[in-house]
Amino acid sequence: MTQLLEVDDLVVSFGALRAVDGISFAVTPGETLGLVGESGCGKSTTALALMRLLQGATLRGAARFAGRDLLALDEAAMRRVRGAEIAMIFQDPGTSLHPLIPVGEQVAEVLRAHLDIPATEARARALELFRKVGIAAPEQRLRAYPHELSGGMCQRVMIAAAIACGPRLLLADEPTTALDVTVQAQILDLLRSIARDSGMAVILITHDLGVVAGLADRVAVMYAGRIVEAADTRTLFANPAHPYTRGLLGAVPQLDRGWDEDLPTIAGSVETALAAKGCRFAPRCNFAYAACAERPPLEAVGEGHVAACWKVR
Amino acid sequence: MARYLRNRIGQSLLLLLGVSVIGFALMHLAPGGPLAVYTLNPTVTAQDIERVKHQFGLDQPVYVQYVKWAFGLVTGHWGYSFFGGRPVGSIVLERIPATLELMGSSLALALIVGVASGILAAVRRNTIIDYATATAAMLALSLPTFWFGLLGIYVFAQTLGWLPAGGIASTGGGGLLDRLLHLLLPMLVLAFVLVAQWSRYTRSAMLEILTQDYMRTARAKGLGPARVLLGHGLRAALVPLVTLAGLQLPLLVGGALVTETVFSWPGMGLLFVNALGMRDYPVLMAILMVGALVVVLGNLLADIIVALIDPRIKLTHV
Ligand SMILES: Nc1ncnc2c1ncn2[C@@H]1O[C@H](COP(=O)(O)OP(=O)(O)O)[C@@H](O)[C@H]1O
Ligand SMILES: [Mg+2]
Repeated sequence: MTQLLEVDDLVVSFGALRAVDGISFAVTPGETLGLVGESGCGKSTTALALMRLLQGATLRGAARFAGRDLLALDEAAMRRVRGAEIAMIFQDPGTSLHPLIPVGEQVAEVLRAHLDIPATEARARALELFRKVGIAAPEQRLRAYPHELSGGMCQRVMIAAAIACGPRLLLADEPTTALDVTVQAQILDLLRSIARDSGMAVILITHDLGVVAGLADRVAVMYAGRIVEAADTRTLFANPAHPYTRGLLGAVPQLDRGWDEDLPTIAGSVETALAAKGCRFAPRCNFAYAACAERPPLEAVGEGHVAACWKVR
Repeated sequence: MARYLRNRIGQSLLLLLGVSVIGFALMHLAPGGPLAVYTLNPTVTAQDIERVKHQFGLDQPVYVQYVKWAFGLVTGHWGYSFFGGRPVGSIVLERIPATLELMGSSLALALIVGVASGILAAVRRNTIIDYATATAAMLALSLPTFWFGLLGIYVFAQTLGWLPAGGIASTGGGGLLDRLLHLLLPMLVLAFVLVAQWSRYTRSAMLEILTQDYMRTARAKGLGPARVLLGHGLRAALVPLVTLAGLQLPLLVGGALVTETVFSWPGMGLLFVNALGMRDYPVLMAILMVGALVVVLGNLLADIIVALIDPRIKLTHV
């Protein structure tokens, strides 16, 4: 199947810091890919790099999206992609909306930026979108300001703006992390039904495997700027290969010394983990041995299942 | 809102009362007086002076004079100039257009140049543009207005002869161009300090705004750079900038006073300085009160505008 997005050896550096260190993955049309890993592992950086929204970062590699390399597009061409073909929603919907602009206008302005339509039609479509994302009393809400809405409502507005132009890919960066548990489930349901109905692909970024389990077709696990394992969701949950994934899942392998109940905190800062030459998980890994001083390649360990670990090859 | 306005207007009236008391007291405490000029004149006798003193009411206790003056002020009788005897109201009123012309044009220029350079400095921070605006702003803020005025007159009027050295128009009227040429130098001098404030203030406000999540959202929507920077960035900066406009009024009024004096600009500032020299009490007090009223009303207006721009601010507090 032809891919919608094909990321090839993406490297993102902030000066000497390689926040994303050579990751490759692909997304097929309509697919939801979960990108999982703990805070600071480079998930947001990856998404923002694809949107070319990082300032002061150097990008290397390629990201082919619908026949173009996103990393090679000029700014004007990239602007036509943002919000129209690839949209993004963020972790904190309250601060992601402009505090002084009515939310309806914030949705209408995406439409007006990409489609040549008059203001009245943009407003009518914004109303339609508000209905679609399940905002109650949408006519009144169009004129509301973000501070008058709950966090979940704000995220619905963000989603309305994101899907306004019918993008083929949605980057959802921790879309439910800042929300109450019940609201989380509602927002995830909404994302699921929108993706299903519109055939939009989603990259769902989260540190919460529970979120991924209900929504993603496939999962890629990141650790310290690298993808350490990727598989379809069922396989990953049933049969995790990488020690880090197993740790995330709370699996207790009976090999060797067994797995600690809690993951020990990273020795040293994230920067030291990012600077490590070999396997970056080795300092936290109970299975680490001499070979881990070399970087393990991401290799197939099963059908559509890859992992980067010397121990499980 | 109505309650808020009532409270604010009450506060403003109290403030104006305080200004009038302090102004009146200082004026009478200062050495000399309106009759000082006569004491050196050998043809004026002590009886003459006593007579004039009585005529002006200056022989009464200061608090009596104050109450009489204040009562006159609120009932619309602003008194008569000690020199020439014209009604104070019309003396001050006829000077207002010139001052408004100078202040308005300077403020408009300062707003445009200051906000634009501030945005530019924030977007291009730590580049040569940023450093250049910072240096220019520091110069403008650290050197006094009259110095710039004198420098401008020396360079552009005396040395180069491009611009008139002072006045609002050439004698015998003069056309629009003549008036613009007269306005140019004082406007630039007065705007200079204001530009510096606007520029610095806009820069720091924009620096903070540029890192906000909603700015990232605006760019993620694929909006153009102008729309992102002005439609979202500057829109958020309006609140602090309008507040600055209110706070800047005293500086504007004070700067206008100095500028008008340096350029012989026939506005209220020049009138004030002249009246101060002669201790023309009724004129001095009238200008002081008009200036204070402008500042107080300007601040009230700024607060109301801020509340209109920012829906999160409710005008309910005292
Ligand atoms: N603008 C930046 N400048 C320097 N370092 C950054 C910047 N943005 C992110 N980083 C670093 O990159 C790493 C990955 O960050 P991020 O992508 O935000 O992680 P995640 O989203 O997975 O929590 C972190 O170590 C973070 O400190
Ligand atoms: Mg993140």
